[in-house]
Amino acid sequence: MKARTRAAAILLTPFFLLFTAVMVVPIGYAVWLSLFTEKQSGLGFGGAETVFSGLDNYTAALGDRAFREGFGVLLGYCLLYIPLLLVGALALALLLDSALARARRFFQLALFLPHAVPGIIAALIWVYLYTPQLSPVVQAMEAGGIGFDFFSPAGALPSIVNIALWEWLGYNMVIFYAALQAIDRSVLEAATVDGAGAWRIAFSIKVPLVKASLAMVGLFTIIGSLQLFTEPLILNKGTGSAVTSTWTPNMYAYTAAFDRNDYGLAAAASVLLALTAALLSFVVTRLTGRRKAGKERTA
Amino acid sequence: MSKPRTGNAWLSKAAVNGALVLAVVYMLFPLVWLLTAATKDAGGLLAGNAFSFEGFDLGGNLSRLAEYNDGIYFHWYLNSLLYAGFGALACSLVSVAAGYAFHVYDFRGKEKLFGLVLLGVLVPTTALALPMYLLASEVGVVNTYWAVLIPVLVNPFGVYLSRVFCAGYIPDEALEAARIDGAGELRVFWSIGLRMVMPGFVTVFLFQFTAIWNNFFLPLVMLSDQKLYPLSLGLYAWNSNAHAEPDFYPLVVTGSLLAVVPLVVAFVSLQRHWKAGLTAGSVK
Repeated sequence: MKARTRAAAILLTPFFLLFTAVMVVPIGYAVWLSLFTEKQSGLGFGGAETVFSGLDNYTAALGDRAFREGFGVLLGYCLLYIPLLLVGALALALLLDSALARARRFFQLALFLPHAVPGIIAALIWVYLYTPQLSPVVQAMEAGGIGFDFFSPAGALPSIVNIALWEWLGYNMVIFYAALQAIDRSVLEAATVDGAGAWRIAFSIKVPLVKASLAMVGLFTIIGSLQLFTEPLILNKGTGSAVTSTWTPNMYAYTAAFDRNDYGLAAAASVLLALTAALLSFVVTRLTGRRKAGKERTA
Repeated sequence: MSKPRTGNAWLSKAAVNGALVLAVVYMLFPLVWLLTAATKDAGGLLAGNAFSFEGFDLGGNLSRLAEYNDGIYFHWYLNSLLYAGFGALACSLVSVAAGYAFHVYDFRGKEKLFGLVLLGVLVPTTALALPMYLLASEVGVVNTYWAVLIPVLVNPFGVYLSRVFCAGYIPDEALEAARIDGAGELRVFWSIGLRMVMPGFVTVFLFQFTAIWNNFFLPLVMLSDQKLYPLSLGLYAWNSNAHAEPDFYPLVVTGSLLAVVPLVVAFVSLQRHWKAGLTAGSVK
């Protein structure tokens, strides 16, 4: 028995050492940093000294309109992106799962393929497709009399949502499709015998049975969305874009750290973002996890 | 009576497949554009008619890509292969070892410890990049290979997946038999457990390889020396130049195309493995 405990310790140690080094310690360090401010001493000749400043960095971040607006942008992004992603991916999975669909293997692979494209390259491709001089799409739209500026204040958010949808629709469709495939076929056959049509089966049987997957994908999507950075960064580099360098909270933290060298403020912004993620994770698991908790109690 | 029914079935079959074809067109259109755009010189690209063969210059693009700045692009390519290849290999080993331990052994506080792993899945990693950068600069590894390699060795979701895979692939009897033959616990893991869970290992490897290959934020924060850049960061730097110098556009586009190829090949040839990974993730 002792040998087994020792083996378990040896096999678990590498992971937990690394886990501590790259997750636990940085979280603690971020909290620590957020409590200090660098102050120029005297006339600025003595260099900077670091002084404890309590929650000043937090009030500074929350008091900054740019930071608050970043959360506003995130809210708008989540409200547009998450429903489209969940409904779109589930709809595609249901289409693929309905017995009529042929060539399932091909569809699954083709729809999943954008996930193989690095986020930065996906953003580059789409920004090129949004740029009037480069894009056959914009030129075709203009020829058809549709003018749409993908970089305008009203267009930037949909432009970014489109990039994110392109990257993640297929990936999440595969997850839902796997969950649909796990449904006991006899349940579906029984429903068909009882005279339920394809729509009825999809909405009354299939969708309720993949609720757990929906909740999981929703949770991961929220956490991913809060970290929005790469796509707007690329749009920000586009000329005449409405996307500012502090457009999302993550961009705000990055700018605070590397353009303004204000590590305390950047750390406070990061901590606030992580707290938001923790709070939303808690709410989502509470709202969706009741069934699971019940299951554990009976087990 | 039967005629309208078959007509109906044919119609819904067409509708289902039609909708899926539309979705496929949306997914593949940007990739097709990338493929044709990579064959254009700057003039042809800026003319916007990427689908014609006007200004066809794929060979020129490739040789400019190889020559620009002493072939720095292929230096980035090697860096990406190194980060993703070595990082994913080490990460999969670490993850599978932990997942195996969680599946096979019983010890006090086991489920609490596993709960900690699951909590780790929910941490927004980009929020950690900045403190990690400051820590790395204190230790003196900022702007080195290690700064990008060490953080990607940890993937809590990989541990979760490994535990699920171990439960699916490793029967207790196989381990028991090896123990009766006198093999030590670590020996049993190395020559029986790891071998049996190999399909799961490949799955964890594939997802981690993709994650590292696609990683952008961490290298952006950690690296300032162009020689250490992975592809993602190098292409980003080139793209930042392209607004001032349009000659960079063909470099970025052709470079992006080549950067996508390894992952597309991996996902096409390892379909069983990524499907298994997403299935294991979804059913729990």
